[in-house]
Amino acid sequence: MKLFGNNKNSSTVDLSVNIGGLKLKNPVMTASGTFGYGAEYSEFIDLNRLGAIIVKGLSYTPREGNPVPRIVETPAGMLNAIGLQNIGTEAFIKEKLPFLRKFKTPVITNFFGDSIDEFKKSAEALSSADGVHALEMNISCPNKKAGWIIFGTDPKVMGKAVSSVRKTTKLPLIVKLTPNVTDICVMAKVAEDSGADAISMINTITGMAIDIRRRTPILANVVGGLSGPAIRPVAVRMVWQAHKAVKIPIIGIGGIMTAQDALEFLIAGARGVAVGTANFVNPHATIEIIDGIEKFLIEEGVHNINDIIGSLWT
Amino acid sequence: MNKYLTATIKENSRINGSNNLLALYIKDTSENPVPGQFYMLEVSSSYDPLLKRPLSIFRKINNELQFLYRIKGKGTEKLQKMREGTNISIIGPLGNGYPLPSEKQIPLLIAGGVGVASIFSLAEKLDKKAYVFYGGRNKDELVMKDEIRNFAKELFISTDDGSEGEKGTVIDILNKFLDSQGSMESLVIYVCGPLPMLRAVAEVAVNKKIAGYISAEENMACGIGACLGCVIKTKHNYKRVCREGPVFSIHEIIWE
Repeated sequence: MKLFGNNKNSSTVDLSVNIGGLKLKNPVMTASGTFGYGAEYSEFIDLNRLGAIIVKGLSYTPREGNPVPRIVETPAGMLNAIGLQNIGTEAFIKEKLPFLRKFKTPVITNFFGDSIDEFKKSAEALSSADGVHALEMNISCPNKKAGWIIFGTDPKVMGKAVSSVRKTTKLPLIVKLTPNVTDICVMAKVAEDSGADAISMINTITGMAIDIRRRTPILANVVGGLSGPAIRPVAVRMVWQAHKAVKIPIIGIGGIMTAQDALEFLIAGARGVAVGTANFVNPHATIEIIDGIEKFLIEEGVHNINDIIGSLWT
Repeated sequence: MNKYLTATIKENSRINGSNNLLALYIKDTSENPVPGQFYMLEVSSSYDPLLKRPLSIFRKINNELQFLYRIKGKGTEKLQKMREGTNISIIGPLGNGYPLPSEKQIPLLIAGGVGVASIFSLAEKLDKKAYVFYGGRNKDELVMKDEIRNFAKELFISTDDGSEGEKGTVIDILNKFLDSQGSMESLVIYVCGPLPMLRAVAEVAVNKKIAGYISAEENMACGIGACLGCVIKTKHNYKRVCREGPVFSIHEIIWE
């Protein structure tokens, strides 16, 4: 257990972290699916300030997504069933990457497929593209060939998928875990054993909302993924559990709205954090969180952010 | 230009029924919105409701932004309770706004209920050029009638219960007007209101081959094009209401 330093007057703090070989100037990233392809938010914030940009999930070929309604608000959160609408890897590389290359911030591409082959094709294409610094594998989608089993909920299916992708890329490989499992530690360990350099967690929690007058589901897709502050305690708990189960770094995700929220994740054991739904509410959220973390560390007399990572007393 | 702003509530008052006027003071003058654009407004200082609410701009006078809204759910209920002097964060102006008619075109502005906000701002800009068709369930749903009359060439009103104007829907008064016209070629429709009304007006426009624009509405999380929550089906696949819209060509939408 490292205790915090005691030089409370120092104003220099090292915020840099290393996530599976990827060096970040600070631990704050943007959660996939909440930040578009980066350009949308460049009107509001300086993308150079971010630790990393994790872009909207990509499939090898474009996807149209689900019918509307795709989102519904819930207490302190929202449900979404966007259906992974995206422009596909090829269009991303051609149309979106050149813009992102202008910034000094690493780009992490989230990608998915409904078969191992599709995962591999996307991983290969993205790995050879100039300006992609790491891959985040989204295993929350169903595996068509295995009879619609969700990749991320069956340890064997997930292990096979992760090891296959591992062989296709030299970039840092982050596996994004779904919380919709009985034991998150089992899945974290499978990711580690299959060659992941890091894990990110959590993806949204499956949920549902009902129109009581019509007696119909509100979302066209019936069920959706719950995000926002409502899910944060679940996410913090899972990060803490996974931190004890694996050695690879963890990116903590789930309802982070403020620097205090982000620090909870870091203290629980996350080496980085990704801010999602907060971007919708406040386009400046990520920058306020970076500044807030720095301010907290100065107040606490901590010179290096790594000194608080996993510093939880229990 | 900064679009993420802090605004102070200057006025938040009931007009009639469940219709309200919200006036916000913004320190930095910010961009001038065009009719049809919208802002995302914070409606609570807590995380419940979490998301900002999209509201069409009604008017901007110097540093004051005005909105019309109708209480219809948790967000607008909370908004109605926010008092003068409260600071809220807002994002805007967002979206594309209405393309203005050409010199030769005769604009028909069609509004349902509080959807009149963006139609009003367009009527104001067109200055006595537009025919305005305004419908509601009853007279309590109609706001700013006298002001609209000032800016309109003519104002036609309908209510479902006949408590004001003609008894019937806005489609009835629109059809009556169209029947009195010779050619449809020089007409251009602008419509904002509830979904069934948009759909019905679009049907008229398609059948009679009238050009036009609709202001679409869909559940929205970010308002700036990132979440992909607010898409609408068009002849060119899904388009984002917040970014490619909220104004679309009336012939572009695929109604499902």
